[in-house]
Amino acid sequence: MSEALIEVNNLIKSFDGRVVLDGIDMSVEKGSVFAIMGGSGCGKTTLLRHLIGVLRPDSGEIRVGGEDITRFDEARMDLYRRRFGMLFQMGALLNSLSVRDNIALPLREHTKLDEKIISVIVKMKLELVGLRDFEHLKPAQLSGGMQKRVALARALALDPEIVFYDEPTSGLDPVVTGVIGQLIQDLSRRMGITSVVITHDIGSAFKIADRMVVLFKGRVVAGGTPLEIQESPDPVVQQFIHGSPDGPIPLRQSSRDYLEDLLDIE
Amino acid sequence: MSEPGGPQGKVVFFLRHITSISCFFKETLRWALVKPFQGKPLRFRAAVVQMDEVGVKSIPIVALVSFVIGIILVLQTAYQLEKFGAINYAASLASVALTREMAPLLTAIVLAGRVSAAFTAELGTMLVTEEILALEVMAISPIAYLVVPRFIAMIVMLPCLTVLADLIGMIGGYVVGTCAVGIRSQLYIQNTIDALLMKDILSGLAKSVVFAGIIAMVGCYMAFVVRGGAEGVGRSTMISVVTSLISIILADCLFTAIFYLFL
Repeated sequence: MSEALIEVNNLIKSFDGRVVLDGIDMSVEKGSVFAIMGGSGCGKTTLLRHLIGVLRPDSGEIRVGGEDITRFDEARMDLYRRRFGMLFQMGALLNSLSVRDNIALPLREHTKLDEKIISVIVKMKLELVGLRDFEHLKPAQLSGGMQKRVALARALALDPEIVFYDEPTSGLDPVVTGVIGQLIQDLSRRMGITSVVITHDIGSAFKIADRMVVLFKGRVVAGGTPLEIQESPDPVVQQFIHGSPDGPIPLRQSSRDYLEDLLDIE
Repeated sequence: MSEPGGPQGKVVFFLRHITSISCFFKETLRWALVKPFQGKPLRFRAAVVQMDEVGVKSIPIVALVSFVIGIILVLQTAYQLEKFGAINYAASLASVALTREMAPLLTAIVLAGRVSAAFTAELGTMLVTEEILALEVMAISPIAYLVVPRFIAMIVMLPCLTVLADLIGMIGGYVVGTCAVGIRSQLYIQNTIDALLMKDILSGLAKSVVFAGIIAMVGCYMAFVVRGGAEGVGRSTMISVVTSLISIILADCLFTAIFYLFL
């Protein structure tokens, strides 16, 4: 396929001495759907926050279109942020604004478009996610799935090059999950938008992703096409994709000895 | 920011908050005063909405409190002045006490309860639901979008409310002074006008501007340091009200001393 749009090289980040990202390497091709998978606490969200420029790494670099975003100052970071959209896990729509105003917000902030044109764009984006009749409602009046779709419309408002999705399908019913998955694929195939999807929903990740990586304890344990991942010999990957209770991924996250802990109770 | 243990840790924790609220204040001033000249216009519409929220909607409670305070001041001073046969001076005393001290302080205290709590709870919930992060990711500064309109609204509205409290407090004093204490109406008005200097009113207003800054900054800052979910918002809201009350009273003491010594 085409050249890499996002390149992450040896990204390291620790909080209070605890290493969360331990040398992440990955590259995302332009116009593809890229999935980042892993269990809870594996560093997915921290990695995403680096990609959107909210956190700065201890070392390593993130190149987007050749430029290292970890060294951007405030003004350049703002310019970078206008190039991508982001769908938050819970939507993160502004509750005080109507659906229409939420989608119009980035347009009003960053463009000098006429209010009439903004109305047209809002309608187009809402039609894209199938919610054109809900313009005047407040986010609180919508269901979780609808909020997420509105949030996607907002993420697409400025016609971004890249869209980041944080758990786009969590908490949704199977039909909406399918619709969102289809939407993500369509955006890449038809409009050339690069999608980076953070998820632990294996089913939809295998369905929509062109390439994916599996994270475990802050490291990339496997990367490749969905087929390559399915055939990966790595026990962590196998346990993760089959959801089996036995394997190298521990259920228990406590470090103290169990017996010692019990005997300590007075 | 997690609280480190030990008395030393507490001092460090306190100082760290002081430095970060100063940065927060600096950033707010930058977006309110400098950025408008660099092509990032102020959000007047949002500020007007907030002015309605913090100012206009506070009028009934401020009016009630200041009316009652006016009554109390006249009654209390009359009680003492009666012993010296100088009951007519209750009018002058009450009006000076109101404009210099009681109206700015009590209006600020009422607003600290009403507005600091509202700011922290609203913005803190936005932080928890990632709305503030979403703004940042959309390249919209949360300080410019959320904090500056609230700051401006407070700086404009608190002095206005203080003037209102001055007036209504004096009306309260007048009503009880003429009806209950028995000062002649004309004498009461004359005494009030004679006693009041422009300096009294202006020093009260100067204080109210400082109080407004404290309420807006503490209310918004406490929202941005919320940790955890609903519980964190509740805790921050409580701390925000307590902190703004204490800061207002400390600042009042400081400014009263300065005005006393130098004006």
